[in-house]
Amino acid sequence: MAMLEIKKLELNYGVIKALKGIDMEVNQGEIVTLIGANGAGKSSTLKAISGIEKISGGEILFNGEELSKMNAQDIVKVGVSQVPEGRRIFAGMSVLENLEMGAYLRKDAEEIKESLELVYKHFPILKDRSKQNAATLSGGEQQMLAMGRALMSKPKLLLLDEPSMGLAPILVKSIFSIISDIKEQGTTVLLVEQNARMALSIADRAYVMETGKIVLSGNGKELMDSEEIQKAYLGG
Amino acid sequence: MKHLFTKKNLMWLLFGALICIAMYFVFGVVTQKWQKTLITAAYYIIGALGLNLIIGVSGQFSLGHAGFIAIGAYSVGVVFQGDATLANFALGIAIGVVITCAVALIIAVPTFRLRGDYLAIATLGFSEIIRIAIQNMKITGGASGLSYLSFENINDHGMFLMMLITIVLSILLIVNFVKSSHGRATISVREDEIASEAMGVNTTKYKTIAFLIGASLAAIAGAYVGPMNFFIKPGDFGFQKSIDVLVIVVLGGMGSLSGTVIAGIFIAVINTLLQNYSDIRMILYAIILVTTMIFRPKGLFGNKEITDIFSKKRKEAE
Repeated sequence: MAMLEIKKLELNYGVIKALKGIDMEVNQGEIVTLIGANGAGKSSTLKAISGIEKISGGEILFNGEELSKMNAQDIVKVGVSQVPEGRRIFAGMSVLENLEMGAYLRKDAEEIKESLELVYKHFPILKDRSKQNAATLSGGEQQMLAMGRALMSKPKLLLLDEPSMGLAPILVKSIFSIISDIKEQGTTVLLVEQNARMALSIADRAYVMETGKIVLSGNGKELMDSEEIQKAYLGG
Repeated sequence: MKHLFTKKNLMWLLFGALICIAMYFVFGVVTQKWQKTLITAAYYIIGALGLNLIIGVSGQFSLGHAGFIAIGAYSVGVVFQGDATLANFALGIAIGVVITCAVALIIAVPTFRLRGDYLAIATLGFSEIIRIAIQNMKITGGASGLSYLSFENINDHGMFLMMLITIVLSILLIVNFVKSSHGRATISVREDEIASEAMGVNTTKYKTIAFLIGASLAAIAGAYVGPMNFFIKPGDFGFQKSIDVLVIVVLGGMGSLSGTVIAGIFIAVINTLLQNYSDIRMILYAIILVTTMIFRPKGLFGNKEITDIFSKKRKEAE
């Protein structure tokens, strides 16, 4: 059974149908990416999974549990953690305080410390800046902080919403190599991206979305070579 | 909580106590006009500390503080129709806080499920509802209000001491709340509600807790209005009163308790100085607010405390 199973997922914003029946699944240990143009419904899918938006129909099963009936707190508790689009760090807090907020629902101080060490291993720059106000970080560092913060809840499934947004190409490269590292450490990743080339290069499997529907799926390499994708998303 | 009695905290507690004792003696030597100013300042500070918790810490915008102040004032006022004793004062405060929490919950539960500034509109409306309800009730004396509300055996000096103690307790309550993990969660709601929700914070719960504590402090501040002015009437608790308290919070700096205290004193002093020119008082208010927003957009203290300044100096010295 897949770790995350989405069946006929629908989501409406008022009269606008953002998701019109999505079927997809994520298996343990994979990086799965969701690519597509602006407004295709990628972020809405993530928000539905993490419980930030209420769904209008269908089901979202995580290890057999129905997520759409839980509130956002319980979804974090069962092991799904989201890095929201646009980073959304807590600007008035220090880097360390931001990371501690990620472990908000965890109680065991020892385990939290272990997670903190692991996050510092992935992102050494955060350790150097741990006392600094999070607002003073550069865009790339803020993205790292947002990812580190999500990892602090020790998720089984990490949802990443456009980690490359607004970052210099060299930073995008290092962020994506860290995503691969995170997968190597045993965390499953669902990645939403507009940078289709980068996303497909690290993904095991991919889904392509268009106006609220999934129009294509396959493994990363296959899609990268397919003519349709080349034309639409990779610039010929 | 384990850091509650560190050397530094005890030092600050001592410092605060010394200031209070000093203020208490100052009260004894100044003229009656300035005694009144000090009492007014203390009253505004208690109310503004509560509003600062709502606006500065949880990031919700409330425009209905006058309503909660009115509930506190009338609870004490009604109880004081019997004997105006200290015990009845405590009873009045207790009733006021209970009613305030009930009303605050009625406002909070539906509005806090939404994101955005709905609270401002809801509190603004509710504050008027409270005032008009009071105006039309028999027990509250209707539009003419309640009178003979001064303490039987406590003079102004004694009441001022009670207010000082209330301020210190309020500050201790708020500081402890802010420094706890609940406080951290509440601040995360202010910084970014969606991210906070994604971390698993129950945002509705923390917004509600901050709102309840803040509203209760308003009720406690209101409890002093009767003994302070000898009588209360619904007209004292209009929209203007909410703005008066809001001005102190914004002027002092949202999220800064020291700022609230300083701004409270500042506004009370200005009010006394301008007593004979009540027409231009509001113009001056506007000028002060606009000037502050231009030169200190985050208020006099921003979100810093007096304690931060000293601890920074010590760090630099090391």
